[in-house]
Amino acid sequence: MTETIHEILSAHRFLSGLPEGTVEVLAECARAETFESGRLLLHEGDVADTFHLIHPVRVSIEIHGPGHGRHILDSVGPGLTVGLSWAAPPFRCQFDARSLEPEVAVAVDSECLRARLGENPALGYALLERLASVLIGRLQVARVRLLDLYGNDSDR
Amino acid sequence: MTATAEHTGRPASQRGTLSPEPYRVTGRRIEGADVVTLALEPHHGRPLTFAHGQFNMLTAFGVGEIAISISSAPGAPGPIEHSVRDVGAVTHALCRTPIGGTVGVRGPFGTHWDIDDIEEGADVVVVVGGIGLAPLRGAVRDLVDRRRAGGGGVFVLAGMRSPDQILFAEDLEEWRRSGAHVAVTVDVGISGWPGRVGVVTTLLPDTPFDPTRCAAFACGPEIMMRFAARALVDRGVDPRQIRVSLERNMQCGVGLCGHCQLGPLLLCRDGPVVPYGGVADRLFMERQR
Repeated sequence: MTETIHEILSAHRFLSGLPEGTVEVLAECARAETFESGRLLLHEGDVADTFHLIHPVRVSIEIHGPGHGRHILDSVGPGLTVGLSWAAPPFRCQFDARSLEPEVAVAVDSECLRARLGENPALGYALLERLASVLIGRLQVARVRLLDLYGNDSDR
Repeated sequence: MTATAEHTGRPASQRGTLSPEPYRVTGRRIEGADVVTLALEPHHGRPLTFAHGQFNMLTAFGVGEIAISISSAPGAPGPIEHSVRDVGAVTHALCRTPIGGTVGVRGPFGTHWDIDDIEEGADVVVVVGGIGLAPLRGAVRDLVDRRRAGGGGVFVLAGMRSPDQILFAEDLEEWRRSGAHVAVTVDVGISGWPGRVGVVTTLLPDTPFDPTRCAAFACGPEIMMRFAARALVDRGVDPRQIRVSLERNMQCGVGLCGHCQLGPLLLCRDGPVVPYGGVADRLFMERQR
């Protein structure tokens, strides 16, 4: 299984170009998980103790509202990460994350990873810089979506 | 101005009339909540000659006139099509025109998507948002036909508002069946939607085109096109191989009234289709009220 995780991590787009040793550090804290279509990877309100490297399918980020059911806020494609709340206090999941297809994801224990990164600040910086680029991208996308570009002007 | 107009590839023969010709509505198809495609045939019977991406000025008699892109392919059999989004008084009247009714048409005007300029065998990436698919619909049809005849790959990336407002869904499915790579994302997901949610540029990383040998066309809200063009360049596409469709308040259609001026261009004449590299990349930064 470790070998499989190592192979998945080595080929993962999110980790491409990170310093040598990144895959080994992550693999020490990782396990492979299999999800059936429709299963939750993350649940709103839970402790954010895991992030997932998606391979190779898609996950929807959702929130549930009374009378409205599930709102699908975003979708995360292959080669990306699901779960950001693990990176900073209060370490609590803010949204649900649901597998849209049967998939294998690499689940990384964030407490274990934070401890490893504390021992290797250069690697920690590189990984958090990569995570910041994901965050910036999602923030920019969220801002553009607020414009409702395809909506009718009279609706705004 | 002249140099830029030549650079945009505007056919020298483009001349428009200032008098609308009467066209009969022979078909009417509802594409989404507020978009109707009108099939039009001229009363005089002579078919209109036009190129991909050009527009006509459509008149709802007694209400007004508005620029609408032609959404059918040049030379295609049958009536000419325009897809109209119901957003104001004129478009509302056009959308409500029944089969058998008459609207005014003058044109065609403007520059076009020059699919004949694409290097043989090169991939073509089409990035559209919402009703922005309409001016590219005919071009994509012809590109898909060329692909079947051995041309390069066709990649259609479409951003729509929500799953129930996906425009030209039948066309998208037909192109997919014909071998094109078609990906759709929506801004607002609903429960049960199995597809992508997010802006159209988020589709690019998963799109397997060759950026070193491709042409790209983008059409939709201008902010969307800015982001799309930058994302294509970041992916490695030559900015000179990207075309975008710029729109302003087109009124005369022949470069006389000046309402559609953007920087050095009069977009009814020098646009709507212009290169991104060296033209639109600068114009996108013009701050207008």
